[in-house]
Amino acid sequence: MSPESAPTGEEHLVPQPATIPPPTPSAHSAPYWEAAARHELVYQRCDACGHAEFDPAVVCRRCGARALTWARSAGLGTVYSWTVVWRPQQPSFVVPYAPAIVDLDEGYQMLAAVIGCRVADLTVGLRVAVEFHPVADGFALPYFRPV
Amino acid sequence: MHPFRDVVVAGVHNPRQARVLEGETSLSVAIDATLGALADAGLDVRDVDGITGALSSDLAYDLGLGPVWQSASALGIPAVMEAAAQIATGLSDVVVVAAGQAGVYTERASTAPWTRPNHEFVAPYGMFTAAEFALIARRHMHLYGTTAEQMATVAATVRNNGHVHPEAIYAGRGPFTVDDILASRMVADPFHLLECAMTSEGGCAIVLARADRVPDLPQPPVWILGGSTDRLGPSYRHAPAWDLRGRDPDGIPNGYVGRRAARRAFAAAGLGPDDVDVCELYDPFSFEIIRQFEAFGFCGEGEGGPFVMDGTIGPGGRFPITTDGGLMAFSHGGQTSQLLQRVIRGVQQLRGTCTTMQVEGAEVALCSGGGAGALFNDVLLLGRERP
Repeated sequence: MSPESAPTGEEHLVPQPATIPPPTPSAHSAPYWEAAARHELVYQRCDACGHAEFDPAVVCRRCGARALTWARSAGLGTVYSWTVVWRPQQPSFVVPYAPAIVDLDEGYQMLAAVIGCRVADLTVGLRVAVEFHPVADGFALPYFRPV
Repeated sequence: MHPFRDVVVAGVHNPRQARVLEGETSLSVAIDATLGALADAGLDVRDVDGITGALSSDLAYDLGLGPVWQSASALGIPAVMEAAAQIATGLSDVVVVAAGQAGVYTERASTAPWTRPNHEFVAPYGMFTAAEFALIARRHMHLYGTTAEQMATVAATVRNNGHVHPEAIYAGRGPFTVDDILASRMVADPFHLLECAMTSEGGCAIVLARADRVPDLPQPPVWILGGSTDRLGPSYRHAPAWDLRGRDPDGIPNGYVGRRAARRAFAAAGLGPDDVDVCELYDPFSFEIIRQFEAFGFCGEGEGGPFVMDGTIGPGGRFPITTDGGLMAFSHGGQTSQLLQRVIRGVQQLRGTCTTMQVEGAEVALCSGGGAGALFNDVLLLGRERP
């Protein structure tokens, strides 16, 4: 839709096309993207203090311990904050899209995007579940859909 | 004795700002800014023995300043603080803080390059500055019921300050009502286009000097009463959660980044919010003004929305904001110059030389830079009276 036409709230939120720029992992984040390619959502848990850590860290951001172990998330969470973007970051993105911060049930937050609902359905506190959609170079990107 | 008793703001300058400065480069803009600020201080390039800012190395070379103390502190208030400390500790006498940017934002189908670092956990979700700050604003709306009208009131106020300012890029574009703001197209909900900073080209410079080096300043001296900088991490690489904290679970959250800096600044000055006459607040997005009033202690948590209503922040109000039109209407010349321009406007207010929106008899100005969407916020207190 044209960015000039006024939003109605009825617009349906869908995953981005696989042509958006793929992520560029580091040595520390590679396990996350490898799991995502298997459609598994993972995070790190601190062996010392139990703090759930995301995005991938070298030391626990709560206690400083280096003992971080990858764990699998059930992929269920709650929308903590959201926006709807009508002016795309780059032309490869299709608007509207809805970046959101999700509170995962395991006790950490991550940035992703909400799909599978109308713009007008977005609200803080919305219960969502993860699902994966392909992007270039064999990567899969987590999105969240209302449950 | 106040640590900055002997540090005077001697010169300031904004060269021409524009959406696009044809024929200019970042360096040519920074050179114009530097020479203009030195002229404003009645100084010559031969007087300079320190320079900072993103282009400081080029400026040292092209203006022939060397050998000279040089650093690359770039983000506005931190650069001013570093320059002031350099002089206060006796390591330099005349320090220039300069910024300039032109010819960097050319691929206009995308948002400006400095708004969207290619980081793996935000870039694939189409994030850029407006969306980052929208996630902060939305959380505040959820927690406290902050309204679109309150945010639009901020935008209309700032844009109307720019409307009447002949040097603003968007001079004459208004005046704007709250309804005009809310009728502009949505960029990143809840932010309409007119609630967002513009992108432009431009630059500016400030000259700080040891007071006894400049006994006969052409302009009234302005003094640094206090300041500090708050940082929680790199901008636009991690989710900008309101509740993001460091290790201390009871620490100040990202939503109130700038609070620690403001407390330190007020403590150094021996002042409080009620002593401030003009608030030259950083205005990347409408909501950030509301958030900063809460973070800096001008009102209670959650009270920022009502606080900006009823004329408090407008002409003749108790706390006039961003009187040159700010990032929304004056200029947003890239990565750094707009951060320094809030300080320049504060200096002009205290000199009493603003041709528009002059706050009569202003004695204390609070200047700020950054915002919670970017995980940083800095505060500088300027005064007309030597500390």
